[in-house]
Amino acid sequence: MNIGVFVCHCGSNIAGTVDTEAVAKAALEYREVVFATDAMYACSEPGQAGIVEAIGTYALDGVVVASCTPRMHEATFRRTLERAGLNRYMFEMANIREHVSWVGKDKAANTRKAAELVHMAVEKLRRNERLQAGEFDIAKRVMVIGGGVAGIQAALDCADGGLEVVLVEREPSIGGKMSKLDKTFPTVDCSSCILGPKMVDVAQHPNITLYALSEVDSVDGFVGNFNVTVRRKAAYVDWDACTGCGECAAKCPSKKTPDRFNEFIGLTTAINIPFPQAIPKKASINANACIKLTKGKCGACAKVCPTGAIRFDQKDELVTEKVGAIIAATGYDLFDFTKYGEYGGGRYPDVITAMQYERLLSASGPTEGHIRRPSDGAEPRDIVFIQCVGSRDKSIGRPYCTGFCCMYTAKQTILTKDHMPDSQSYVFYMDIRSPGKNYDEFTRRAMEEYGAKYIRGRVSAIQPKNGRYLVKGADTLLGRQVEIEADLVVLAVGAEAARGAGELAEKLRISYDPYGFFLEGHPKLKPVETNTAGVYLAGSCQGPKDIPSSVAQGGAAAAKALSLLSKDKLASDPQVSGVKLARCIGCGKCESVCPFGAIEMIEFRGMPKASIIETVCQGCGVCTAACPQGAAQLRHFTDNQILAEVNALCL
Amino acid sequence: MPSHPNVIDPAFTGEVQRESEQNLALCYQCGNCTAGCPVSFAYDYTVNQIMRLVQAGRKREALSSHAIWLCASCETCTTRCPNDIDVARVMDALRHMARREDMVSEKAVGAFWKSFLDSVEKHGRVYELGLMAAYAGRTGRMFTDVDLAPMALRKGKLGLKAHDIEKIAEIRGIFDRYREQQQ
Repeated sequence: MNIGVFVCHCGSNIAGTVDTEAVAKAALEYREVVFATDAMYACSEPGQAGIVEAIGTYALDGVVVASCTPRMHEATFRRTLERAGLNRYMFEMANIREHVSWVGKDKAANTRKAAELVHMAVEKLRRNERLQAGEFDIAKRVMVIGGGVAGIQAALDCADGGLEVVLVEREPSIGGKMSKLDKTFPTVDCSSCILGPKMVDVAQHPNITLYALSEVDSVDGFVGNFNVTVRRKAAYVDWDACTGCGECAAKCPSKKTPDRFNEFIGLTTAINIPFPQAIPKKASINANACIKLTKGKCGACAKVCPTGAIRFDQKDELVTEKVGAIIAATGYDLFDFTKYGEYGGGRYPDVITAMQYERLLSASGPTEGHIRRPSDGAEPRDIVFIQCVGSRDKSIGRPYCTGFCCMYTAKQTILTKDHMPDSQSYVFYMDIRSPGKNYDEFTRRAMEEYGAKYIRGRVSAIQPKNGRYLVKGADTLLGRQVEIEADLVVLAVGAEAARGAGELAEKLRISYDPYGFFLEGHPKLKPVETNTAGVYLAGSCQGPKDIPSSVAQGGAAAAKALSLLSKDKLASDPQVSGVKLARCIGCGKCESVCPFGAIEMIEFRGMPKASIIETVCQGCGVCTAACPQGAAQLRHFTDNQILAEVNALCL
Repeated sequence: MPSHPNVIDPAFTGEVQRESEQNLALCYQCGNCTAGCPVSFAYDYTVNQIMRLVQAGRKREALSSHAIWLCASCETCTTRCPNDIDVARVMDALRHMARREDMVSEKAVGAFWKSFLDSVEKHGRVYELGLMAAYAGRTGRMFTDVDLAPMALRKGKLGLKAHDIEKIAEIRGIFDRYREQQQ
């Protein structure tokens, strides 16, 4: 074999602390190396041209580039080899930047280490095989998990692009957090007026199958061929028969059921349609509140239902969907406001969350848009808003800024003034974060035109006083303490990862951060991809986001899925496991350890043998480690290749 | 030390940091400490301003402030701090530094502390009457809290005689070791 070695300077990134010329000179001494040189930027246009030229001039049939991490440019250089007519797997990369120049200062030692890494790469390359990628069929379908505004956008864009879409929503209706909002910043658009049409589009789109009141149970398979099992939870109503007329809810005697959709500040019935614009507009029964399901008597809804849709014996149902790509859009949950004892959330009835306040503002909410104190139904006059409740607080494990609370608080002060011109809003804040188009102008308007009094400081305690609340805080700009008597206190609760986000991430085999938000493939360059092929992210499941960012990500994730599934077949990675039948003793250890179900036991001349399903194998190498005979070998990373590398380093 | 009040002393922040074992860069000036402080009404600087003076290296203003001596060490600031800074401990460190630098602004508070410690060194515990006499002698405040004396006497809280503890030498050893360390 004729091997060429190219040692990259990476400007001063490598050459600053590695003598690249000396490394190239050392490489000429390694077996089968016929050409070695150093290059300013091997990945640049002239750098690649140099490699192509050397392949022709020296009749190279293998190339080693000593430069950065293969995560960065392995694909680049493999394409370079293909342009020069070589097989893309006759290439090895020695990482002398992340592993050498960036971590060591001693130039002589660095140079020695770089040369040794090149030696290892050469020894491995000498044993490389010319591998060919295969092809496999894919399902041109997408599953979107989560029907908030990000998931809705992703589903609609995929469906408009011609893909079949399965949209899975945990709640009885899609719409997510946005459907609970009264108005949106900075335009003060009616939230359900702009979201509603999109929700209807989902219901009517011929390419979208909607599973509401459903959760992902398990995920098998791999990019292009996922099998997702969805648990359709019992609604105790046959949704094919239900027309959404609402007769059942009108007659239901269990009228004191806690209302999830209204953030528990109102009451609803055990059987209900969560809100007027719900999609699907179907009734479902809250089993914990239903008299029939808890005590066995009643059945009023079944008596009045004009289509006989009530099914008290309905059970959860599992359905399996085959999809080529998955978009996770599971959103966020709100911080538990009872965690700050000093604010009295959960103990004082008129200390409420910002989302509860949205429901009070909303015309479809429990007070029909009239702002009323939960305790006595009186109209409040002085309202204190406290920002950063569960944001930017290390002591409770929430060091991050939620990013949209400053804006929704400003919006709520504006709406408060609109609803009640004699009211006065006070906002305790630390910093105002309003970096978006027309965002800062909007917060200024709250102060300048709507008279919201912004106080720069925190609140230390809230104490009941004569039916009102004494809010004790600081004004750090004045250097004084401040006390305000309020009728209502609204806590700007921050966002946290959605309930069950970690479990879903594990089913999808994607990573998540310490707070439960899903990890993107790259913080800048792969914001909607994950490190698992075929799984994409949209919206707040990746980190707290406002509506425009969530919609943008929904569209971006859809574009990624459309691009992936625009092909009829996907290329399979040939770096997969293979079994040498002569060595295999048919013990089945590999089959039991394979995390992908990629190994099946076959009979060969009357003997049991293991066989790899190449399109399912992900090349993890677990079977190689488990095989007692060395029969299972991972192509491109065989035992012999790894031992050759070790020998190059140690002998 | 810088002569002009607007000249900062960057080393000061590090000194307070070492002495209090608290990372002052963690403070983002939210004001939670000030919001909860029960004695803030009497302060010349609020708690978050004291923290800011330290962050900004304003040694003279921080050490000569009245606030650090009026602090009741109730630790509400420490409890409320979202960044888990032990603010009360920073206040304590500032008092030690102010004493060493002879910048105690509340002479009476300083005098009380000194009288208290003298009494502990002498008797191994506080001898209240002696403490009162020493404090009055140092400050000239003869009648501070005298109205409380009859009730305290009746309840046996004010012994007329000093009672030394048994192993008083060990208590004195603590004081000796402290003085050695200061040299």
